[in-house]
Amino acid sequence: MKITDTARAEEVKRHVRVYISVFVALMALTIITVTISYLHLSVTAAVIVALIIATIKGSLVASYFMHLISERKIIFAVLALTVIFFIGMMFLPLLGHSDTVTYKYVP
Amino acid sequence: MEIPYTSAVHPETGLYNAKGGIWLFLASEVMLFGALFTSYILLRVGATEWPHGSAILNVPLATLNTVVLITSSVTMVMSWASLMMKNFGRYRLYMGLTILLGLTFLVVKSFEYGAKFEHGLFPSTSTFLAIYFTMTGLHGLHVIGGIIVNSYLWGPGRKLWKTDPQRFTNRIEVAGLYWHFVDIVWIFLFPVFYLL
Repeated sequence: MKITDTARAEEVKRHVRVYISVFVALMALTIITVTISYLHLSVTAAVIVALIIATIKGSLVASYFMHLISERKIIFAVLALTVIFFIGMMFLPLLGHSDTVTYKYVP
Repeated sequence: MEIPYTSAVHPETGLYNAKGGIWLFLASEVMLFGALFTSYILLRVGATEWPHGSAILNVPLATLNTVVLITSSVTMVMSWASLMMKNFGRYRLYMGLTILLGLTFLVVKSFEYGAKFEHGLFPSTSTFLAIYFTMTGLHGLHVIGGIIVNSYLWGPGRKLWKTDPQRFTNRIEVAGLYWHFVDIVWIFLFPVFYLL
């Protein structure tokens, strides 16, 4: 029991170094995304760049702070289901957009 | 009867129950915020004109808040790591910092809201402000909820460390998972409202 405790403490110490690196990366990405917003890109380019950076930042938090990188399969199963529903929901506006009402005059 | 699998791992899932529970809850939270992000897209695409966030909102203050919330995520995970290393004093320090950073976020946000109200900008003013106040308001409520739970675990709830340290460490991990999720939501809210 003592040995596993020490081994676990050592592993956590390694994690702490990773947390610091992730923190630095998140700060750098925040500065980058704010700087890019002042470049006045076209709306499409700005949306793509901002969402890519936000996704990287979100993935870093989820992978390392939330330990998703070394989690159990069942959590991934729950998240995979969530992603499917989430993507489905994101497409709802598109469906609404293509489903325009048309009238045909029949005398 | 004792609650099962609070610190021991459930044989079916490979997780202690609270961890399975919080991930299911977070999945429902993804759908809650997802529905609002979808509404945002629908409103923006359907609008005849949409302001650039920086024209109405305060980007430097929001950048400061982003830094504050990311830092609080680091102190939160450090509080858990401290317990894993059996350093309770460090846990108290990091959890205390997490709570203070959460409160700082709310103070900065309330200054932002206050400035908008002073200039006569309310949720009813425009579609942009309506969805901005709805989403940042809901996020703010999540921050308040996190601060309440973290304060309990920093204060009266810490007694559990003496009787069942493993279960207490698990509680901090679960509270941390929620807190990091709230951080991720802000990571998306920030560019969507302020930078685009």
